[in-house]
Amino acid sequence: MSDVAIPHDMEPHPLTGMYNGKFGIWLFLASEVMLFGALFSTYVLLRVGAPEGTWPMYGQEITTGNQILNVSLAFVNTLVLITSSVTMVLSWAALKMNNFAKGRMFLFITFALAGVFLVIKFFEYKGKFTHHQVVLKEPLGVDGEKVITSKTDKGERKIAVVNGHAENFGTWEEDGYLLIHSDPTESHDHSHELKIEADKIKRATRWGPNASTFLATYFTLTGLHGIHVIGGMVVILYFVLTGASDWKKRPEKYINRIECTGLYWHFVDLVWIFLFPVLYLL
Amino acid sequence: MSAEHHHEHDLPFWRKYVFSVDHKVIGVQYTVTGLLFLFFGFCLMMIMRWQLAYPLEAIPVIGTWLSQSMVDADGVLIGDGYNALGAMHGTIMVFLGVVPLAVGGFGNFVLPLQVGAPDMAFPKLNMASYWVYLVGGIVMLIGFFVPGGAANSGWTSYTPLANIATTGQTVWLFGMVLLITSSLLGSVNFIVTTVQLRAKGLSFFRLPFFVWAQFVTSFLLLLAFPPLEAAGVLQLMDRLADTSFFMPTGLVVSGELQESIYSGGGSPLLWQHLFWFLAHPEVYVLILPAMGILGEVIACNTRKPLWGYKSLVYSAIFLGFMSFIVWAHHMFMTGMGTTLSTFFQATTMIISVPSVIILTCFIISLWNASIRYNTPMLFALAFLPMFAIGGLTGLPLGLTASDIHLHDTYYVIGHFHYVVAPGTIFALFAGVYHWFPKVTGRKMSEFMGKLHFWPSFVFINAVFMPMFFVGMAGVLRRQFDQTEQLQGAVVHGLTIMSSWGAWGLGLAQIPFIINFFWSIRKGEKVGDNPWEATTLEWAAPSPPPHGNFETVPVVHCGPYEYSVPEKKTDYCPQNVVMEA
Repeated sequence: MSDVAIPHDMEPHPLTGMYNGKFGIWLFLASEVMLFGALFSTYVLLRVGAPEGTWPMYGQEITTGNQILNVSLAFVNTLVLITSSVTMVLSWAALKMNNFAKGRMFLFITFALAGVFLVIKFFEYKGKFTHHQVVLKEPLGVDGEKVITSKTDKGERKIAVVNGHAENFGTWEEDGYLLIHSDPTESHDHSHELKIEADKIKRATRWGPNASTFLATYFTLTGLHGIHVIGGMVVILYFVLTGASDWKKRPEKYINRIECTGLYWHFVDLVWIFLFPVLYLL
Repeated sequence: MSAEHHHEHDLPFWRKYVFSVDHKVIGVQYTVTGLLFLFFGFCLMMIMRWQLAYPLEAIPVIGTWLSQSMVDADGVLIGDGYNALGAMHGTIMVFLGVVPLAVGGFGNFVLPLQVGAPDMAFPKLNMASYWVYLVGGIVMLIGFFVPGGAANSGWTSYTPLANIATTGQTVWLFGMVLLITSSLLGSVNFIVTTVQLRAKGLSFFRLPFFVWAQFVTSFLLLLAFPPLEAAGVLQLMDRLADTSFFMPTGLVVSGELQESIYSGGGSPLLWQHLFWFLAHPEVYVLILPAMGILGEVIACNTRKPLWGYKSLVYSAIFLGFMSFIVWAHHMFMTGMGTTLSTFFQATTMIISVPSVIILTCFIISLWNASIRYNTPMLFALAFLPMFAIGGLTGLPLGLTASDIHLHDTYYVIGHFHYVVAPGTIFALFAGVYHWFPKVTGRKMSEFMGKLHFWPSFVFINAVFMPMFFVGMAGVLRRQFDQTEQLQGAVVHGLTIMSSWGAWGLGLAQIPFIINFFWSIRKGEKVGDNPWEATTLEWAAPSPPPHGNFETVPVVHCGPYEYSVPEKKTDYCPQNVVMEA
């Protein structure tokens, strides 16, 4: 390294009261606010403009995300992330008190909690990807299908949908029919096995990003948030592993780095605290 | 500091010149890469001009060399090829040429020197920002080699057209995400450097105007680019995961309903909002650094303080702020509603005020000056009327009524090229000639410089002036063959004039290229301060060593203390105590 001594690398600048790294991370977070701000605005705009009966899924009269998302898992995840933010602060506080071992332990706990978050998220995603939605060309009048009449500027149209687990999802186009165990609906409290002719089907998808605009928003927002979690985990793990030598050489610098990592981590936490009500509850 | 100089020589070649963390090396890397991309983007346009002037005739010489996604067997450009050239010309010129050159190049090299810092606040981040930019640029170029050719939905990538375009569009989006990341890293660095690393005595109102311009620009990059990153991610989802963010219900493509693939329910207009939320501040990202360069060159060569320094600074800040709330004036014709249009028409009229103040300050600065007509000053002087033409022709586009006629015609092309080409790019040339002695310790040849300036000045007007008339006649932009339109055939002579102007402009750059390389080796050797300028970069040796200054500079006065009465010299450098 050919380092030139950079002013205010460590000591705060009198004008801002921050060392360079801290100022830099705040600026970075400002840009992150704009990134997620744009995505939240997208959510608002698409939701307001969604044709009747298509939000969050086709054939839904009530328009909240909790009909199809797993609120309890997300609630647990919220607690996990908030706890990880606390351990992040405890780590920094321990380091400030000159207790490296304790600081590193809390740092590792933060890392582990982030891992728990992702594991729970994985099961949440998996539950969606193994579920199916069939949009019908017109209502079949069978139990297990949901029908909603939606008013458009071209007049009324009926949206008919069957949600459930499709036996032959991959091959229905070749088979000529689709075999599906439908989810219980408001009017039918148990599952039905339905065989639907291929030419009655407008489209059949997983509950993946392409199933509806709501799910698209859900996967994009939580996916991007997940990438931020993974990024944070990489950084935290790096400081857990290299901490000992860094601490010996320049403890002050190490503490600053943990502080900056913490700021980023709280932001990731904060994004989730916005995501949870917006996607799962509203 | 001297210990560090020794240390520098220990570095292996690749650490010193390739993966360097020194802001000056990174600045030069940005400048050279940016100039190469500018040249490449210019070449794409010269091919397009052939098709416009001589529609459906084989492209001479290079026609048969181009790939099959561009030309047919005889070397005649095909429609898709033309579209790809147009989209990539815009993308390359804006995101890979002008911005990296103006911000990455000049900002990196000059800004730390002007604030008296030894380097940027985060040298490694600075290096990362260049390499991410380079990879992003290469990814963009890879687009030309994928099936279906490069992105061909315009540099604006309007949806749903871009959603259903060929693979090149996916490559374009990945390239954009990388470029956005690069400029994000850069802007954080610039802001922290400006605020935290200013030399002792260098208060905000002693900063050179160039630093102010870069400072405001960095905020625009920091805050305006992320929404485009969001939009890019959404479009990638649409293309790769079949989501419907920008796909409306009931979309028909080539007679086929898309409902079996897409759920629908998306909004094409959403893309335009997100895109222009970046792309309008981007206009000021293009113009502000140019104004910054202009401030330095004009003050130095008029031997006078800039007139209205504080008005310039406040105008730049106000410009930056306002640039966030004018974006939808690009969308008057989308049917977003007259209420919104009225709001954005009003803000658009307001934002023209600070631009006029800045230009007026520069023009009044010339009053009664004994101007040095050297090459950088010639480019700077040419900027003033050219930018004024670009700005004034923008007013009819900002008014909803007149925009109905002019929207999407060649008039628009003429307007923004007057701002960016003889505007920004002339200012960038002025900057290259002005700071070349600082980078290399040698001056560029004045004779060759004038040989570069005068033909460029004439030809660039020959390219863009006719476009106003072509546009007012009603000829639409983005047309593969404009003679198919009646008005296009009527004003075709002007289109041919534009084309010849463009090729002439290409030839006029040869003296610059020769001069650039010749002067690195053989240019006249000069001292640390050949222009007798006042700002801090001229207090460092030429070229500045690693760590920049031999003694840490302390600032005693404002940036433009020229011709102060009763002083020994007609300039007082910022780091020198003024003696009566």
